[in-house]
Amino acid sequence: MSSALEVRGVFAGYGGVRVLRDVSVSALAGTITAVLGANGAGKTTLLRAIDGSVKPSDGQVRLDGTDLAGRRPEDISRAGVAHVPEGQGVITELTVAENLRLGLLLRRRADRAAALADIYERFGVLAQRRNLSASTLSGGERQMLVIARALATNPKVLLLDEPSLGLAPKIVRDILDLIKQLKDETGLTIVLVEQNARSALAIADTGVVLNLGTVVATAPAGQLAADEALRRHYLGF
Amino acid sequence: MVEFLEFTLEGLSAGMIYAAIALSLVLIWRGTGVLNYSQGAMAMFTSFIALEVVYATGNYWLAFATALVAGLAIGAALERVVVRQVTGKPPLNAVIVTIGLLIFIEGLAGIMFGANNRSFPPAFSIEGLSIGTVALGITRNDLFTGAAVLLAAGLLAVTFRYSSIGLRLRATAFNAAVARLLGVRVGRMLTLGWALAGLLGALAGMLVSPSTFLSPNSMDTIFVLGFTAAVIGGLESPAGAVAGGLILGVVLSYAGGYLGSEVVNLFGLAALLIVLMLRPTGLFSSAPARRV
Repeated sequence: MSSALEVRGVFAGYGGVRVLRDVSVSALAGTITAVLGANGAGKTTLLRAIDGSVKPSDGQVRLDGTDLAGRRPEDISRAGVAHVPEGQGVITELTVAENLRLGLLLRRRADRAAALADIYERFGVLAQRRNLSASTLSGGERQMLVIARALATNPKVLLLDEPSLGLAPKIVRDILDLIKQLKDETGLTIVLVEQNARSALAIADTGVVLNLGTVVATAPAGQLAADEALRRHYLGF
Repeated sequence: MVEFLEFTLEGLSAGMIYAAIALSLVLIWRGTGVLNYSQGAMAMFTSFIALEVVYATGNYWLAFATALVAGLAIGAALERVVVRQVTGKPPLNAVIVTIGLLIFIEGLAGIMFGANNRSFPPAFSIEGLSIGTVALGITRNDLFTGAAVLLAAGLLAVTFRYSSIGLRLRATAFNAAVARLLGVRVGRMLTLGWALAGLLGALAGMLVSPSTFLSPNSMDTIFVLGFTAAVIGGLESPAGAVAGGLILGVVLSYAGGYLGSEVVNLFGLAALLIVLMLRPTGLFSSAPARRV
């Protein structure tokens, strides 16, 4: 299988503070790669280095072989990387439908209506609330909306940052099931950043463990989940 | 009674001008989150350009079109060259920069066009219309002013609400970081917002200059009143800007008509203070209180 997204030897940070050091991660096409680690390990910075909101000082970010490192976020999203940021990704001043339309703008005009119909079929809750302000949605519904909006852009790679953050356990299961289902049904390549390592490894194919800005382990998800020393040391379960 | 009708119609026609300035402020505010204090000065400058075209060619409509195009270009250029430097910085930086632009543009106009009051041609006749023998207090030109501003407001509202560009502009204004992640070219949207506002300001300048004469600071009072209209409307909504402009125009017309023209500006400023004290989000806004 080929890598849809390949991060090679990336160094990145904010101002003078270097967060990522020589990080390499490759996400195979059609799989879920879980990026795990404690707070401050550099998980979110890794996603930002991929999506262009943080420019890597060194290294490559290759999407289907093309290096994206150093390009602007809007160009990287146009190239097919959809980043669902942690927390505040919904534009609450717009309606549910407008949030989705914004994502659809990256598709050809002729494809938009069919794509929107697909999304409403998969996300029934969003279809019901399409004309309401996005500010009226619950936490779980907002998470669905940002995932649906990312799908609307027709991405090759979906980056999900802590989709379970702040949600009730039942909703977390729903969201993770949804992510797994998306991979199985659409063949999308997904990079999933999670603090909740146990749940993430349960749906992931590959696990990558970050600690203090470097990769300390890369292995099939089942193998990571079974490695008791690693789990206890870095993942806290 | 006839006097009341006359003051009302005069007020509505003046209010249309305030509405046009208010609309341009709303556009930049919604599009970029900046209050453009140089909006009046930009309108003054494009009106001078139009006047030079009238002198050179004698063709009013060519001058009109030139002013609108110049407004677009100046708006876009100011955003690219000046305002871009302060985006993402504290809001006060943008305030200071646009006030700086106001002073700069007025100074430049003084050097280029002179500091004298110049008379400015109207688009249509300024002879008062009447029904039978009853004078209405408005002119053909006033009707043109009203129609032009309503058309501009309508186009703006429809564009924001229904078009892809409008959606991108709104997304940029509300959450630029998320808009970028969705592939919106945020820089272009900011430039476009300023360009459209420049065009609206140029329209306002063309409409108001026949009645105020034109000089480097002739738009200062109009700008303050347009700003007041925008605040009355809540700064967010094109419809609110038009309503705010009309309300202000009528109130000031009554004040001027019944109490004397010297109280007009006083009433304008009093209206601004009262709205800011009682309802700082404007009469038509549902948004929570904001910083600026």
